[in-house]
Amino acid sequence: MKLDSKVPGGPIQEKWDRHRFEMKLVNPANKRKYKILVVGTGLAGASAAATLGGLGYDVHAFFIHDSPRRAHSIAAQGGINAAKNYPNDGDSIWRLFYDTIKGGDYRAREANVYRLAQVANNIIDQCVAQGVPFAREYGGYLDNRSFGGAQVSRTFYARGQTGQQLLLGAYSAMMQQVNAGNVKLYPRREMLDLVIKNGQARGIICRNLVSGEIESHAGHAVALCTGGYGNLYYLSTNAMNSNATAAWRCYKRGAAFANPCFTQIHPTCIPVSGDHQSKLTLMSESLRNDGRVWVPKRADDKRPPNQIPEEDRDYYLERRYPSFGNLVPRDVASRAAKAVCDEGRGVGEAGLSVYLDFRDAIARLGRKAIADKYGNLFDMYLRITDENPYEVPMRIYPAVHYTMGGLWVDYNLMSTIPGLYVLGEANFSDHGANRLGASALMQGLADGYFILPYTIGDYLAGSTFPTATVEDDEFKATRQEVLDQTERMIRNRGNKDPRTFHRELGAIMWDYVGMARNAQGLREAITKIRALREEYWQNLKVPGRPDSFNKYLEYAGRIGDYMELGELVAMDALQREESCGGHFREEYQTEEGEALRNDERFAFAAAWEYKGPNQKPELHREDLTFESVELKQRSYK
Amino acid sequence: MAKNMTVYLKIWRQPGPDQPGRMVDYTLQDVSPDMSFLEMLDVLNTQLIARGDEPVEFDSDCREGICGSCGMVINGIAHGPLKGVATCQLHMRSFDDGATIVIEPWRARSFPVIKDLVVDRSAFDRIIISGGYVTVKTGQAPDAHAIPVPRPDQEKAMDAAACIGCGACVAACPNASAALFTAAKISHLAYLPQGRVEARERALAMVRQMDAEGFGNCSNHGECEAVCPKEISISTIAKMRREYLKAVVLNPE
Ligand SMILES: Cc1cc2nc3c(=O)[nH]c(=O)nc-3n(C[C@H](O)[C@H](O)[C@H](O)COP(=O)(O)OP(=O)(O)OC[C@H]3O[C@@H](n4cnc5c(N)ncnc54)[C@H](O)[C@@H]3O)c2cc1C
Ligand code: FES
Repeated sequence: MKLDSKVPGGPIQEKWDRHRFEMKLVNPANKRKYKILVVGTGLAGASAAATLGGLGYDVHAFFIHDSPRRAHSIAAQGGINAAKNYPNDGDSIWRLFYDTIKGGDYRAREANVYRLAQVANNIIDQCVAQGVPFAREYGGYLDNRSFGGAQVSRTFYARGQTGQQLLLGAYSAMMQQVNAGNVKLYPRREMLDLVIKNGQARGIICRNLVSGEIESHAGHAVALCTGGYGNLYYLSTNAMNSNATAAWRCYKRGAAFANPCFTQIHPTCIPVSGDHQSKLTLMSESLRNDGRVWVPKRADDKRPPNQIPEEDRDYYLERRYPSFGNLVPRDVASRAAKAVCDEGRGVGEAGLSVYLDFRDAIARLGRKAIADKYGNLFDMYLRITDENPYEVPMRIYPAVHYTMGGLWVDYNLMSTIPGLYVLGEANFSDHGANRLGASALMQGLADGYFILPYTIGDYLAGSTFPTATVEDDEFKATRQEVLDQTERMIRNRGNKDPRTFHRELGAIMWDYVGMARNAQGLREAITKIRALREEYWQNLKVPGRPDSFNKYLEYAGRIGDYMELGELVAMDALQREESCGGHFREEYQTEEGEALRNDERFAFAAAWEYKGPNQKPELHREDLTFESVELKQRSYK
Repeated sequence: MAKNMTVYLKIWRQPGPDQPGRMVDYTLQDVSPDMSFLEMLDVLNTQLIARGDEPVEFDSDCREGICGSCGMVINGIAHGPLKGVATCQLHMRSFDDGATIVIEPWRARSFPVIKDLVVDRSAFDRIIISGGYVTVKTGQAPDAHAIPVPRPDQEKAMDAAACIGCGACVAACPNASAALFTAAKISHLAYLPQGRVEARERALAMVRQMDAEGFGNCSNHGECEAVCPKEISISTIAKMRREYLKAVVLNPE
């Protein structure tokens, strides 16, 4: 396998324009003849399907949900970035580019990030034209808010429901193309494999989740938009159906998987309340603008928070980071919370949370001002925990939130398999080792509206396509493999249900491959994951039948893939002997306990190639060169 | 900490679309009041699987009230006893120890049952396909500031756009009408200058599709607004009627 990033030449500002000029075009009359299979209809998939349909391609869109409007993107709250500079506060494409590279701790490809910053403004225009009701000021113009990792206000938002409104915009644009006959929808389908013919991605195998039928679909190219793999950790802020299966099966067909160990852990989530917990709820990062984070100074101090006097409290973020205080970036805040809990000073029944206290803010600004700003969030917290944050401090704890890693793609968003494109959270591009707030929505929509529609044309116009139908041997053989695996899961007469296995795997991942990692722990994790995987295939119990609606069967397949992906994440974390962004290796830190990058050895993207069952995957390096920004140590002291 | 409880469940079980269904009783012990309602069903399912029974099928995804996947009629009320929340946002502390809880799927002709508590809501998607959008292709948009939008209009549009498409409105309506869902989308777009251009054609197309799907007529019961997890106002239905009438009067066929 050879990694060729295909980054065009010339100055960074001109690369995309020049590339757009140099790419081949598909004759408008011929577009209809190309069938494109879009898998996933979150922000990335819906925007891609809408745009490709609008161009006249024959688009077929597959998704797990009953309606495309339910994709996980719907849950994003905070906002979407763009460098419009409407507030006139010094923003520019260059600044957005720079902030994203720096926020990613210098582990992303410069040219891609620059292009992202360039097209971001068009996204806002497009969404407004679709009727996305972004927040506005009294003059009727758009409002912006500020978000972590930036000193300008560049975040557009629609109340606390930005993801919902952006997804409904992309969904409606796609539905317009369904009406026009350019897009066909396949709801309740789960892609379980990729079909390759003559070295090109030519089709997919799906399970019809209603009838249980295993279906084959052929086309000229496949766009994978299936989201991230945060649910590998069992508990995360991701939706229940978010999964890695489609991406993982493509990996096993030859698509390189890049930087799997770059996972983001968000500092402000509602803590686990018991064994029954099925997912975690994010509390907006904006709370850290007014809430103060603390724990008791002494581990044995079990008094209720309001009875702990000032001198017995440790406002550890303000103490350790006097200049950024409670507003340090996500990764720094998460690790600091873990550190105090490891010292036994965590609060709550299990000692696995820290206080986020609004007492001082309420005293300073008044209860009403706080309610105006955070009322919705306080209500949500009260509803979930039955504790009133106006009266007792909130309790928060970090949770897995986003995965920067994903399938490796070149500048054209093509994976290492010709004709297989990867968009949105499913790919590895743009965010390096840490993603800044409000930039995932931007990336998903950039990929779907403005990048793939150009780059896929170049591939289609420049390739030859031997006929491919679902009757071909390649399709039949791949379909048979899927049937066999389904059969194997159902037949297994074990006595542990998929959820129990998922919880056990999640515990290993969280303990050893979570917020802080070290070589010994990672080796241990690998051994434990292998043992659990072994047990999985011996002792799995899947209820019901394969030929009917069966959510536990779907679930079991996804856990099976996590059992393999988990090992790769640990291997990648072991290989990367440095700390950067969301990846913190305890052996590599400064004297003050901050992340210590090693640019000399690790300024590369790690792309893993599958080598067969129980074979060690091969590591390929894409060296990252920084021509436009200077590499610096991040500091928030 | 409140003590754990026992609940007596009566759940609709139906193996498939064309097979008959029935209510089945289950007793669940040691239920933590901090569990969400859906986590309680997860626990029930774990026990059913251990016993060799088939688990209860239900849809859910975000589990925070925004995706619209979940939806059950709980003790006769769509999304259960709490106002302004979806089923997934309900916690067991809303029920008493020893309570009997009756759980049924959305019941409406246009939402056929797929299995147990899972229904087919694709009729909603077809209503959107018929016209629930602004006709604009990628690339055609002018600068986002080209057309200022009065803030009150933007707020009203956002109120209507908050709909999560769960279908509780249909389930609660004695006529199984989809008026609130359809009206929310028509209103959202009609309040904005970008959507105003096609407002009448849109209303005409969407109302016709709604009728074609077999949803009932709206006779102003107001049950839809009462159960809506996003508290969408029935004033949107009045707006839909105005847009529709204008369309019929101005474009007689
Ligand atoms: C709680 C929360 C809040 C967030 N807030 C923000 C924010 O404020 N700003 C921001 O920029 N980002 C935010 N993010 C991150 C952002 O929401 C996601 O990264 C982004 O929405 C992912 O979009 P996507 O299109 O790549 O994938 P998704 O939206 O996850 O969509 C995946 C799609 O793939 C389909 N699918 C998956 N597997 C298969 C399969 N095997 N076969 C067929 N279909 C499949 C699904 O049905 C779905 O349609 C947030 C994330 C969370 C969890
Ligand atoms: S599961 Fe998403 S709204 Fe309930």
